[in-house]
Amino acid sequence: MEDLDNIYNELIMEHSMNSYNKKKLNNVDFSEIGHNPNCGDEITLEIKLNGNIIEDMAFSGHGCAISQASTSIMIDTLKGKTIEEAKEIIQTFIGMIKREITDESKLEKLEDAIAFKNVSNMPARVKCALLAWHTIEDIINKNENTF
Amino acid sequence: MDIKKDFPILENRNIAYLDSAATTQKPVNVIRAIEEYYKNYNANPHRGAYSLSIKATEKYENAREKISKFINSKHKEEIIFTKNATESLNLIAYSYGMENLKQGDEVVLSIMEHHSNLVPWQKVCKVTESKLTYMYINENFELTDEEIERKITDKAKIVAITHISNVLGTINPIKKIINYAHKKGAIVVVDASQSIPHMKIDVQDLNADFLVFSGHKMLAPLGIGVLYGKKELLNKMNPFLMGGDMIEYVYEQNTTFAPLPNKFEAGTQNVEGVIGLVSAIDYIENIGYDKIQKIENELLEYAREQLSKLDYIELYLTSNKENHSGVISFNIKGIHPHDVASILDAEDVCIRSGNHCAQPLMRYLGIDSTCRASFYFYNTKEDVDKLVNALNKAYSMFKRYISR
Repeated sequence: MEDLDNIYNELIMEHSMNSYNKKKLNNVDFSEIGHNPNCGDEITLEIKLNGNIIEDMAFSGHGCAISQASTSIMIDTLKGKTIEEAKEIIQTFIGMIKREITDESKLEKLEDAIAFKNVSNMPARVKCALLAWHTIEDIINKNENTF
Repeated sequence: MDIKKDFPILENRNIAYLDSAATTQKPVNVIRAIEEYYKNYNANPHRGAYSLSIKATEKYENAREKISKFINSKHKEEIIFTKNATESLNLIAYSYGMENLKQGDEVVLSIMEHHSNLVPWQKVCKVTESKLTYMYINENFELTDEEIERKITDKAKIVAITHISNVLGTINPIKKIINYAHKKGAIVVVDASQSIPHMKIDVQDLNADFLVFSGHKMLAPLGIGVLYGKKELLNKMNPFLMGGDMIEYVYEQNTTFAPLPNKFEAGTQNVEGVIGLVSAIDYIENIGYDKIQKIENELLEYAREQLSKLDYIELYLTSNKENHSGVISFNIKGIHPHDVASILDAEDVCIRSGNHCAQPLMRYLGIDSTCRASFYFYNTKEDVDKLVNALNKAYSMFKRYISR
C-alpha cells in the first residue's frame, strides 16, 4: 500500500484527473500518437518550437491515471527547455523508471516528474509511466535533422 | 468441502484470485501427475520400439480416448492436440477456411469474439475474398434470434462463435445457432474456452462441426489445447503444420500424410500437458459439473448482488442470470481499469484490466477497457467480499478528484 500512496498522491491525481495541459494547440510543429496496445492507452502529443526551444506542448487522448499524469507532468518539465536539455531529461526519466539511474542529484533535473520514482517498484505500470516519454523520444529521433 | 485446500497456490498465497477466465490455478493432483509422468513414464511417444516409449504412447493415446469421452465425440481420432484454443482456431482457419471459402462467401462471427477467433478469419477472408460479417449484441449484451437469422445468410459458409463471452460472460445460444447455420449450409466453429471449465460439453448433442478449448482455463497446464472436428471434415482437410509423425511416406519431392489424428500433430507433442489435462478432467469429473455449477451459481448470484449495490460502478452484464456465466466486467465511473487493478492488487485481489483481447467489442460498447473479475468453483464469498472492500478503497482514493 505504501508504494500506492506514493504513486496516487495529490500531485499525480491532480494532473491525471484535471490537467491544464490536456488541450489542443494551434499551428503545432510536431504531433505524434503514442499507443500502448496491451491496455489501449492512447495519447496525442503536440509540440510547438521556437528555434530549438520547446515553446509549448499539449496532449489529448485517454489512459490510466499514471499515463495521463506522467504526460501532463512531462509537459510541465520540458516546456521552455532546449531540445538538447529535453533529451537529457527524457533519458534520465526513462533511466529512473528502469532503475538504471538512482543517484538523487542526477534525478533533480526531473523536477516534479521525480514523483514517478516509485513506479519502478510496480512492473505492471512501467509502460504507463513511459508512454508519453517514449512518444516524445520518437518525435525527437525522427526529426533529429530538422532541429 | 474446502476446495481451496486442493490448490497449493491458493494455500500459499493470501489472495482473492479472480482471474480464472485468463488462466485457472492448478490442483495438486495435476501438479503431481506431471511430476509422476517425468519420474516414471517419459519417452517420445510413437517413436521408440522400447517399452518405455510404448508406455508413453499408451498414456498419450489413452488421453485422447479420455477427452473423446469427456466431450462425447463419436470417434477418438476426432480429438487433435494443439498448443491452445488459438492454435486450434488457426488450424481450422487455414486448413478448412483457406481451402473451402470462395469469393462472395460469408464468414459470420459475433462482435464478442476473442481476437483468436477473429484475426485468423480476417486473414482468411482477405485471401479468399470472402466477406466477414458480425452478429451484434443488444442492449442486454445478448445475441437475439433476429440478429442470428439476419446475419447467417444463404451465403454464409462458416459461423465461428464463442460459447461464452470472455468479457461479458454471456452464454450464447450455440445450439440454436448451429441448427440455423446448418439449415443455411454453413459449418459452425465453437470456441468453448470459457464454457468447458464450467459446464458439460457434448459435441454430438450440440452437433458442432468444430469445437476448441484450452487446457489451462480448466485446471490443466499451460500449452495444451484441443481441437475437435467431425471426422469427415478433418479427413478432407490438409495438414496445418508439417514435420515428423504426421507423414506416411516422404520422398525427396513428395509426401503422403498419416491418417487422423496424426496428420494434424506434427512434431513431438506436449505429453506432460496431455497428462495434466487428463488429471484436470479427473478432478472436474470427481467434483462433477452439477456441483461446480451449483457452487458457481451461488457465488455469481452473490457477486452480482454485491457489485450492483455499488452505485459508482457500471456493470456490463446481461440481466438474464440464466444466460450469464463466469465473468463480470465493470468500470468504476471516472477511474481507469488499470488504476483499479493496481489498487486491488495492493489489497491482494487479482483481477484483469484492459480490453481482454476483444477490441472490436470494446469499440462497439464505446469503451476502451474494463475491469474483469472472473470466478471458478474454488472461489468463495470471502473473495467477493475482498473484491468489494478493495473497490470501495479504490473509489475512496479517487473520489475527490473525479467529476470536477
